[in-house]
Amino acid sequence: MAPLLEVRDLRVEFPTRRGILTALDGVSFSIAPGEVLGVVGESGAGKSMTGAAIIGLLEPPGRIAGGQILLNGKRIDNLRYDQMRRIRGREIGAIFQDPLTTLNPLYTVGEQLVETIRTHLGLDGAEARKRAIGWLEMVGIPAAAQRVDSYPHEFSGGMRQRVVIALALCAEPKLIVADEPTTALDVSIQAQVIALLKGLARDKGTSMMLVTHDMGVIAETADRVAVMYAGRIAEIGPVREVVKHPKHPYSAGLMASIPPLDRKVEHLAQIDGAMPRLSAIPRGCAFNPRCPEVFARCLVERPALLATGATEAACWLYDAASEKHAPEAMRHG
Amino acid sequence: MAETPILEVEDLARYFDVSRPWLQRVLAGEGKRILRAVDGISFAIPRGTTLSLVGESGCGKSTVARLVVGLYPPSRGHVRFEGMELERARAIAEQRRRMQMIFQDPYASLNPRWRVKDIVAEPIRAFGMTPSAAAQQAKVAELLTQVGLSPLDGEKFPHEFSGGQRQRISIARALSSNPDFLVCDEPTSALDVSVQAQILNLMKDLQARLGLTYLFISHNLAVVRQVSDRIGVMYLGRLVELAPAETLFTTPRHPYTRALMEAIPDLEMTGRQRIPVGGEVPSPISPPSGCPFHPRCPLANDRCKAERPGLIPARATEQSLTACHAVEEGRDGGLPAAQRIGTTATAL
Amino acid sequence: MAAIARMIDSDLFWSFRRSPVTVISAVVALICVLGAVLAPLLAPHNPFDVATLNLIDAFKPPAWAAEGDAAYPLGSDDQGRDVLSAIMYGARVSLLVGFCAVLFSMVVGVSVGLLAGYAGGAVDGLLMRIADIQLTFPNILIALLVDGIARAALPSDVHDRVALFVVIFAIGISAWPQFARTVRGSTLVERNKEYVLAARVIGISQLRIMLTHVLPNVLGPVLVIATLGLSNAIISEATLSYLGAGVPQTQPSLGTLIRIGNDFLFSGEWWIAIFPGIALIAMVLSVNLLGDWLRDALNPRLR
Repeated sequence: MAPLLEVRDLRVEFPTRRGILTALDGVSFSIAPGEVLGVVGESGAGKSMTGAAIIGLLEPPGRIAGGQILLNGKRIDNLRYDQMRRIRGREIGAIFQDPLTTLNPLYTVGEQLVETIRTHLGLDGAEARKRAIGWLEMVGIPAAAQRVDSYPHEFSGGMRQRVVIALALCAEPKLIVADEPTTALDVSIQAQVIALLKGLARDKGTSMMLVTHDMGVIAETADRVAVMYAGRIAEIGPVREVVKHPKHPYSAGLMASIPPLDRKVEHLAQIDGAMPRLSAIPRGCAFNPRCPEVFARCLVERPALLATGATEAACWLYDAASEKHAPEAMRHG
Repeated sequence: MAETPILEVEDLARYFDVSRPWLQRVLAGEGKRILRAVDGISFAIPRGTTLSLVGESGCGKSTVARLVVGLYPPSRGHVRFEGMELERARAIAEQRRRMQMIFQDPYASLNPRWRVKDIVAEPIRAFGMTPSAAAQQAKVAELLTQVGLSPLDGEKFPHEFSGGQRQRISIARALSSNPDFLVCDEPTSALDVSVQAQILNLMKDLQARLGLTYLFISHNLAVVRQVSDRIGVMYLGRLVELAPAETLFTTPRHPYTRALMEAIPDLEMTGRQRIPVGGEVPSPISPPSGCPFHPRCPLANDRCKAERPGLIPARATEQSLTACHAVEEGRDGGLPAAQRIGTTATAL
Repeated sequence: MAAIARMIDSDLFWSFRRSPVTVISAVVALICVLGAVLAPLLAPHNPFDVATLNLIDAFKPPAWAAEGDAAYPLGSDDQGRDVLSAIMYGARVSLLVGFCAVLFSMVVGVSVGLLAGYAGGAVDGLLMRIADIQLTFPNILIALLVDGIARAALPSDVHDRVALFVVIFAIGISAWPQFARTVRGSTLVERNKEYVLAARVIGISQLRIMLTHVLPNVLGPVLVIATLGLSNAIISEATLSYLGAGVPQTQPSLGTLIRIGNDFLFSGEWWIAIFPGIALIAMVLSVNLLGDWLRDALNPRLR
């Protein structure tokens, strides 16, 4: 099946006074209709920026400096602001971490839903209002017919995030970009919201790009997952494979460092050091200074995504041409 | 158990007046609004062990952390440090030196205008712990090394460091007065997961090496499991369960504890259908009568609505304490581990 | 040397260089300040040396006019004083009053704001209500009031000696609430930050926390207000002097010069009022533009 969204070799740059910072570098992936793609990584890895680039809301002075973004085979990365605004909402819905930034405090949630439904679906006022109440019921807001006339501040955090979800879904987009949708919520509310998103995506056949730092959320929700590091994709593949048998040394380290809930371990696995700043990304593989498997080639040549089993990893370990045994002495020495 | 616990908390409560300004209140005909952040909790921490408090935001766990180091005066109840009332202990520099705190936000916990060496040395200077500037410099270098930084980092300013490194600086500052007792308020919540592992490992190493006692505050059950000897679960300003760490995870008693564990997404991907707990945490300004969890609890009955349960041993032989009428009466019996907390809101 | 290198490399300096208006303002302000400070060295005449004044030199037009005299580049006034020199000496008084008044209101305002914000509760309520009340009176009114009281209370010879201080006090006292409010606001934010809590856990005294932790972190906006306040103070002083309630006649400021020139504005000797006016505008505008730039440059949300 043709992918719904395709990102090809995306490059995002931030011009600063000290030169150009490359925030995203050669990011490629696709999302099939009805598929949930999880995007994980540490803060600054570029996961949120990937989402922002897709919905055309990169914060200035950030700009797409290369590559293409295609929705249903049509390029959307080079559209004008007003053209993109029509696509946002109608074809791509967005959910952000903080519901307060998405909802306008001066209008009732009903007005905001009706406005969106009328703009994108061309329904009349009464019909749109009926739909709005229907959406509030669908996202689990009790007494939706009354709450529809409430203002955002009259809802609790979890309920507000449900309203945001309703707002993102009410124009029935084909793709939802959800950036840390549960991070601001408490654990018990988080679970409710995840269950909701998952159910809606399944029932409506909506595709979703789920950006989060929480592997647990990804494991529960996503079909495939992309692990990002320093503005690049380190590994991408079926979620089960990546979580259970990560191939890239970074994904392996990341998975191992998650504290388990079901047992106590004496010493948690840790990745020493920190992700490089955008201004100081090392040559070759960006992970090479922290990588336990590093060898000579990693220091000079940047690996592309290489197929290995069910997943693809940007790591020279999986290239048959790599002379990976020779420099053993180097890493222990 | 004859030894005095390093920290003892008895019926501790802290209320905040969150009323609107007087004139507005009178005009609107409102009464005072009192937020019961912490409402009568008791626990003790034996020397060299870690007690963790877990709960969702607004449950009062951070208020407890601030109460036990004297940042707030209690509205009711007692805090005893080494058997001495906190207020008296805090008036004595030698006692104050022995308690320190680590905070959540690595960006706000270091004064941005101070050099790292001055930040770390602040307690040393305050308690007059080194005779000379040279000795102080040596001590700062030693502390920075101890937390995995370079002595040369002392010359830098906080903004030159990543979140994880700043948290190491915070730890170095806390250790600089040679404390016995550390209050750690969500020390890894703002950090990325691989960095979180570094900090947790560091804290465990330091505890083993220096014999520290921790009060560890977190919302993350998985993290808490890795560091705790005992765990208290808080809900709306009260302790609903207090148990040895392993016991809490193998046999959670309180319906809220079970619901919390149920809610955590796991990596095992057993395909298990999680049934999240319904509803949301009520406001601590007007908490429900009786047991604060009763509006969300599948086991609630009339007694739960009327009578506040005490924190008592769940079974005569068990070490875990539970504040639940259903557990006390044995009404929770036969509940399978993978379970049944009712849901209303997410049913689609 | 390292400090200079760091300054040139800093974001502040970078944003400064990128804004031509700011650079021009800085140059103008620098000329004003240097001209005023170095007046005794640079001015062609000493306008206060009565011995050198000669009424024959009175009402000379600017040097480029037909009857101009190269010795009086911007002409001379009714007493035969060189206008350029009078402006330089006058700017000296204006700047002195402005700086001292701002310093005075800054010290008062920062102390009050810091105390109110850090102590909170009743102290905060009391101090801020006083500030509110003061803000309901126009600045000039307060200054006139203070000046009037001082004139009534002090014998005139004493008053002349302390007139400068009275003006500084009058202008300074009307501007402190601005500083107090801003500093209080920042202090409320800073005092709950964890680095302050950490210091409290150690048991550092409240006064020491206020001075070593909170104060350095609330001074950024103060710098902006001080810069903008300087131009306000200069204008206030000019207004007071123009109304005759300012500095004594023996030490004319720009405002005094404009008042004197005002009498001759419609009798053809326009230069006596216009040139001091231009100098005042140049000074105030350049300082104001610098303040605007500083406000934007220090605002993290606009970076």
